[in-house]
Amino acid sequence: MRSFFVILTALAVMATAFWAYRENYRTQASLDESEEIQRSIGEARARLAVLRAEWAYLNRPDRLRELADINFDRLGLLPLSPEQFGNADQVTYPIEERMLVISDAIEVSNFEALR
Amino acid sequence: MIRTPLRPLARILEARRLGANPDAIERDNIRLRHEEMRDQSRQRAEGRLFILGLFFCAAFVAVGGRMATLAASEPSEPRANAAGASIVAQRADIVDREGRILATNLETFSLYAVPPQMIEPEHAAIELARIFPELDKKDLLEDFTGKRKFLWIRKKLSPEQKQAVHDIGEPGLLFGPREMRLYPNGKLAAHVMGGASFGREGVHAAEVIGVAGIERLFDDKLRDPANEGKALQLSLDLPVQAAAERVLYGGMKLMNAKGAASVLLDVHTGEIISMVSLPDFDPNDRPQVLTEGDASDSPLFNRVVQGVYELGSTYKIFAAAQAMELGLANPETVFDTRGPLRWGKHKIRDFRNYGNELTLTKIIVKSSNIGTARVAQMIGTERQQDFLRRLGLLEATPVELTEASGGKPLLPKNWSELSTMTISYGHGISATPMHLASAYAAIANGGYVVQPTLLKQDGPQYGERVMSASVAAASRTMLRKVVTEGTASFGEVPGYAVGGKTGTADKPKPRGGYYEDKVIATFATLFPAHDPKYVLVVTLDEPVETSGDEPRRTAGWTAVPVAAEMIRRVAPLLGMRPEIEPSLGADITLTSN
Repeated sequence: MRSFFVILTALAVMATAFWAYRENYRTQASLDESEEIQRSIGEARARLAVLRAEWAYLNRPDRLRELADINFDRLGLLPLSPEQFGNADQVTYPIEERMLVISDAIEVSNFEALR
Repeated sequence: MIRTPLRPLARILEARRLGANPDAIERDNIRLRHEEMRDQSRQRAEGRLFILGLFFCAAFVAVGGRMATLAASEPSEPRANAAGASIVAQRADIVDREGRILATNLETFSLYAVPPQMIEPEHAAIELARIFPELDKKDLLEDFTGKRKFLWIRKKLSPEQKQAVHDIGEPGLLFGPREMRLYPNGKLAAHVMGGASFGREGVHAAEVIGVAGIERLFDDKLRDPANEGKALQLSLDLPVQAAAERVLYGGMKLMNAKGAASVLLDVHTGEIISMVSLPDFDPNDRPQVLTEGDASDSPLFNRVVQGVYELGSTYKIFAAAQAMELGLANPETVFDTRGPLRWGKHKIRDFRNYGNELTLTKIIVKSSNIGTARVAQMIGTERQQDFLRRLGLLEATPVELTEASGGKPLLPKNWSELSTMTISYGHGISATPMHLASAYAAIANGGYVVQPTLLKQDGPQYGERVMSASVAAASRTMLRKVVTEGTASFGEVPGYAVGGKTGTADKPKPRGGYYEDKVIATFATLFPAHDPKYVLVVTLDEPVETSGDEPRRTAGWTAVPVAAEMIRRVAPLLGMRPEIEPSLGADITLTSN
């Protein structure tokens, strides 16, 4: 009986040691992975900061004004002026260019459904 | 354990036989037993104390050892921190009220040289001088071949320059990572931004510190890691600022002015929507501070908060408002305006003769110095001082710029009754356009003082009440009439009911006295006059309008058209749709009898 307990304990120790060994390596792997992710997040953020700076630089009012001037022929952009405010009821309905023409009429009956 | 009996029969019998007291044996045995018990418990207690001591010893050694290892080891970030990597830059961005970037950081490299590691110093010097034309070949070679062990060559490099230096292939030329401050909009809002430069420098990093403007004032907050890079949000509006700068620049050129300033203020929150001072500079490449001459000629000079000028007749409305607030007058009260008004050896004159008497409204509309001086006489010196102080016109403005504390108003040393009279029409007292804007905001928002601020606010920020709502409304009606029938007729912008007051003040000479032909023209306006949302102050320095037969310098001909154009451009950007002004008679229904 006594030797049985000794063997059981020894097996338990071995099993626990194996489990601890595996957990340890898995933790290390997770830490490495998380470090890798953190680094890529950091790189992505740095890239984002550069892109945001570039976006702001490309959208600076001076440049937009110059672009509006250069492309005036095509776009006709002018600074916003008070006359451009309007009411919804000032908008005219679109003029119908041609009336709806019913050409190929099909007779429809819901006689079937009533039965 | 074998217990010895207290009364052993053998010894008792023996004692009886000898005639001794057998109880003595018992007591003796009890004594022995007690001694034995005492020794035992003492031993046990000592053992326990020893173990306890050992335990404490181990605990202290553990704590001490841990402290020692923590103190001796290199700090490292926790590896499994999920929330990390939130701080990208050492300095937070600055954004406008809609979140558009005004200042951000860019990664770049600095270039330094370690002469002992150099292989071909001559070649390196020639190549560097070719890449950077501002460097001198001879100086570089001297540095490279001299005793120096280390020298900085450039603080910032563009990627192309870095590649070019790399291509030299000199192992003694090294790069250090740097963060540089970038203002992507260039000159826009330059005076608000101020600028940044490097503080303490190392090979691997350098501090970026603010040197002026909001960068300097909020330096600690912008660099505080506890903020986690949260951007500083200003009250400025980028498109409005850009439009205001454009219009003001055009106006300055058209009116032949040497400088100009404008400030647009939200009357309820005190937020500064735009602030322009011309000439301006590029904060990415901040010019040197002038070492000689007048500091106010430097582009670095912020006319809005530093430029202390006599703002002239724009002050008249304060005298009128105070007189109404004190119950001394109403808009229809008639004042004697026969001129010139003599006071001691001084004479107060009007621009031209406006007749013998004028109502208070007409005094403001015609801009009569004599009439305003009479109003000020009724108010008195102390009450005038008190009113101006409560409007914030006697202290530096609380704007969040380092330069703002330098814009302290110039007051007369001896505030005599004559000073009271001249101050009522804006002479003998100097203040910045920002002062004027915040004082006009009090008239515009119904009588509350607001603190001008560059930070975005949520909701109205009313301070002390300085005049009643009805007085503020009456003052606004007067200001509106200045535009519809008075000196600021060019200020009319259809749909925005502009109200305002012009002011033309002669420039003081540095050695006393005033220039004949140099003026500061100011137009302080609020719009729309029936329900003001914004106050705009436009100031032109030494404007001349030369389209007529003779040069015209009054604000009505110079500052007013510029301000009107600015409102026309800026109001739609602020989302204000033009509206039909309610007729003045509509107010009658509001009063009770």
